[in-house]
Amino acid sequence: MKKTFSLLLALSMVLGFTLTGCSGGGSGRVVNVCGWGENIDPDLIDQFEEETGITVNYSEAESNESMYSLIKQGGTDYDVIVPSDYMIAQMIAEDMLAELNFDNIPNYSLIDDQYKNLTYDPENKYSVPYTWGTLGIIYNSAKIDEEIDSWSVLFDPQYAGQVGMIGNPRDAIGVALMYLGYSINTTNEAEIQEAYELLSEAKANGVYQGFFMDQLYDKMEGGETAICVYYAGDFLSMYANNNDLRYVVPKEGSNWFVDAMCVLKDAEHKEEAEEWINFICKTESSLANMDFIWYASPNAEALEQYPAYYAENYGEELAPELYEVMAAPADVLANCEAYLALPSDIQTLYSDLWIQLGIEG
Amino acid sequence: MRNRRGFFALPYVVWMALFVVAPIILVVVYAFSAAEGGFVIQFGSLTLHLTLDNFAKMGDYLIVFTRSFELAIIATLLCLLIGYPLAYVLARETAGVQRVAMMLIMLPMWMNFLLRTYSWMSILEDTGLLNQLFSAVGIIDLGNWINSGLNSLCAALNSGPVALLNDLLGTQWALDTARATDMEFFHMINTSGAVVLGMVYNYLPFMVLPIYSVIVKLDDSLIEAARDLGAGTSRVFRKVIFPLSLPGVLSGITMVFVPSVSTFAISKLLGGSNELLLGDLIEMQFTGMAYNPYLGSAIALVMMVIVVVCMAIMNRFGEGEEQAVML
Amino acid sequence: MRTKTSPLNRLFMALVFFFLYAPIFVLIVFSFNDSKSRTVWQGFTLDWYSELLQDSSIMSALSTTLLVSLLATLIATVAGLFAAIGFYNMKRRLRAPLMTVNNIPMTNADIVTGVSLCLLFVAFFGLWGSVAEWFNGVQSVITLPENLHMGFGTLLIAHITFDIPYVILSIMPKLRQMDRNLVDAAQDLGCTWMQAFWKVVLPEIKPGIVSGMLIAFTMSVDDFVISYFTAGSATSTLAMVVYGMTKRRISPKINAVSTLLFVTVLLLLIIVNVREARQEKAIKKTAEVRR
Repeated sequence: MKKTFSLLLALSMVLGFTLTGCSGGGSGRVVNVCGWGENIDPDLIDQFEEETGITVNYSEAESNESMYSLIKQGGTDYDVIVPSDYMIAQMIAEDMLAELNFDNIPNYSLIDDQYKNLTYDPENKYSVPYTWGTLGIIYNSAKIDEEIDSWSVLFDPQYAGQVGMIGNPRDAIGVALMYLGYSINTTNEAEIQEAYELLSEAKANGVYQGFFMDQLYDKMEGGETAICVYYAGDFLSMYANNNDLRYVVPKEGSNWFVDAMCVLKDAEHKEEAEEWINFICKTESSLANMDFIWYASPNAEALEQYPAYYAENYGEELAPELYEVMAAPADVLANCEAYLALPSDIQTLYSDLWIQLGIEG
Repeated sequence: MRNRRGFFALPYVVWMALFVVAPIILVVVYAFSAAEGGFVIQFGSLTLHLTLDNFAKMGDYLIVFTRSFELAIIATLLCLLIGYPLAYVLARETAGVQRVAMMLIMLPMWMNFLLRTYSWMSILEDTGLLNQLFSAVGIIDLGNWINSGLNSLCAALNSGPVALLNDLLGTQWALDTARATDMEFFHMINTSGAVVLGMVYNYLPFMVLPIYSVIVKLDDSLIEAARDLGAGTSRVFRKVIFPLSLPGVLSGITMVFVPSVSTFAISKLLGGSNELLLGDLIEMQFTGMAYNPYLGSAIALVMMVIVVVCMAIMNRFGEGEEQAVML
Repeated sequence: MRTKTSPLNRLFMALVFFFLYAPIFVLIVFSFNDSKSRTVWQGFTLDWYSELLQDSSIMSALSTTLLVSLLATLIATVAGLFAAIGFYNMKRRLRAPLMTVNNIPMTNADIVTGVSLCLLFVAFFGLWGSVAEWFNGVQSVITLPENLHMGFGTLLIAHITFDIPYVILSIMPKLRQMDRNLVDAAQDLGCTWMQAFWKVVLPEIKPGIVSGMLIAFTMSVDDFVISYFTAGSATSTLAMVVYGMTKRRISPKINAVSTLLFVTVLLLLIIVNVREARQEKAIKKTAEVRR
């Protein structure tokens, strides 16, 4: 038994050394970033680590709501987070974010003015835009014969068992509100209730395979799911693996979102965080990142240069309709609305309805 | 050496107080409080908002409780149905076979249970391996053929005897004639069945091991004595072996039922989060889409109490006094 | 109780083992698949293994898993041994309630254990924060960190907490089976208590310690739920990486890492079993010779 003990001890010591060897490298400067899955080019992380000697710990959250839970729950040590517009407004209201020192982020000037001082951060003190895009319907043209142009397919029993509904309350209820012709920022409880009834009825009719987030990549690419609601950039990632997929911003209009980088109030590595944000804002970083995640960058130069960058990298032109999906043109955006932060009683209603939706058999 | 070295346990008693008792007290405190409102108690910088609201909401989740307990009970029964015979058969094997079999039962547990559950996803999907096998062997065609046969049979009955009956009684009876005849696959993933399968698969070893360890220790002479006294095989089993193996069975039931009733990973992976289970509900309130650790704690507390009461009732049937019956 | 087994019994056993191993077999086969698909076979490749070795997140998760399991097992075994001896020497009135508390982490649902420990850690960090702030304010010799967060340390504490009860429950029966007079006899013959413990008690309860260690390690490696709630944001175990992946795109690298794990464990178990079997044979032989 002594032998077993000493063997185990030796093993764990070896492992311990390899572990500390991995994490102990560099100057000890660290930045902890929390973003979405597949929403950063991993090469950028390596590049940043090489240039600055700062180690980046990138972790992922599933949705705005779960990112909020992880932070609220405490015990986590994120510095930079990349939530969406409405969640930033909510976090500012709850005093969770730190004011940024823009002297450390000179590349902020590269961001298109269109994405500055938006309603979620009117004086632009807390956030630096990271990506923007639209929400829409993705469908598999090999499985769906007609051309889809309305949210109605998401509630139509004709497509029973083929729809992967989006798995977060704001988008799911938002989609139903848009179909009903209400504002996605409505605070009218009756309207929200009506949207919920619509979802609940569709669920009862077996329209949905389930409520999914990033699982949709596999499901859409593999043909498990024929129709889903998801984000423009992610459609392009899926399209790269399955050319039968189509993206549409429905005629009823849709959501237009901005994801932005923020620093948490109790961040321990604020300077490193600002260095990271500055690095990401660079045109070269934005181009590389756009090429990996396919979300439009708010960096005006990068967005404009992207088709040329694509042609140079891949030796072929970027199809204009794909570029339009990525960077939605003005006439599409005119039909889209941004999410605003909801008052806390409406937030509670959203949570309650969301749980209720999951509970139903 | 009795009564002199009792203090050896002191460090662990302190550890238990810190990491077993204190956390549970915290859950209870959270369950009876909320983020705001309620009856305010101030301890220095710490403010508690005591309230019973969380429990008032519990009625809304009744269906989740019944669903979770139902699935867990089915999974436990299935485990018992497979696990008991297996343990019994194993205990009668030669030492070599027993050793290898035990190893084979333990081995999968050394690959994390999420890895094993993930594998079931590729097996059960609509375009998955099982459906590929079924369509290759023609089982799906067979299903379609049976369904179309049933459809035409029902149609014939509808126009014949059922129509006659309807005429006679003035009713509107009709047999289902719309069974699917163009199935390309059997839908298995994202159903409760898949979730139960995941539970049985993952927790079966927890049922086999304790039962086996009890049966294997049974005294041979006891069984011989029963035989000598004229008892048949089934009578020996009913009157001697089964009652003596009861502690193992009870321990196995606990070890399968508790993780089944509280799982959230299995229901997420194999159930597609279509029908929330208790585990999903709790997880959602802590790290998921609807942050509310107070309500989450309350649900966890109620679940814990129900489980403890069930176990206490069950353990009255067998003497489950502090004994480890696992290996 | 040993009687002959019928072929029907063997068939039943084979079926159950097929059920247990089919998914693992699928995992292994698709780790060699020349495609991202988890369901369609498209030729043989070893690419996923080379990619696995370059994937720092999976590799570090693997080493975290092994390290936390080994450390937790070692600490829990030593602590459990002491605790078991302590409990054994206690009066029943005192022991019974303590054993009930000891059983809580085993019978409690994992999610409740995980969530409650998470609440505890966060509450403690809050408390610590204000104490550290005050302490750093009144003196400037030592600076205490004000912001603590969950990570490897909390993960390890959680694992030790749920491992110890299994160790205790495997050692206690062996202690009870031991002849009480053994220690007294050894001490009468001039041994100190420590010597008596090493030479007499330890060999007697050794099987209990070994099986306790084994169960503790198994539980640690198999755990997902408790780790999920106590590891914080920067540390993850293999299971947490897999869970994260099932929420996105699943990479066959996971199959590759499972295969490696499986083969390692299989080899280890075979080696241990062959050695044990040999030892047993040797013991039998010497016994026969003596007879």
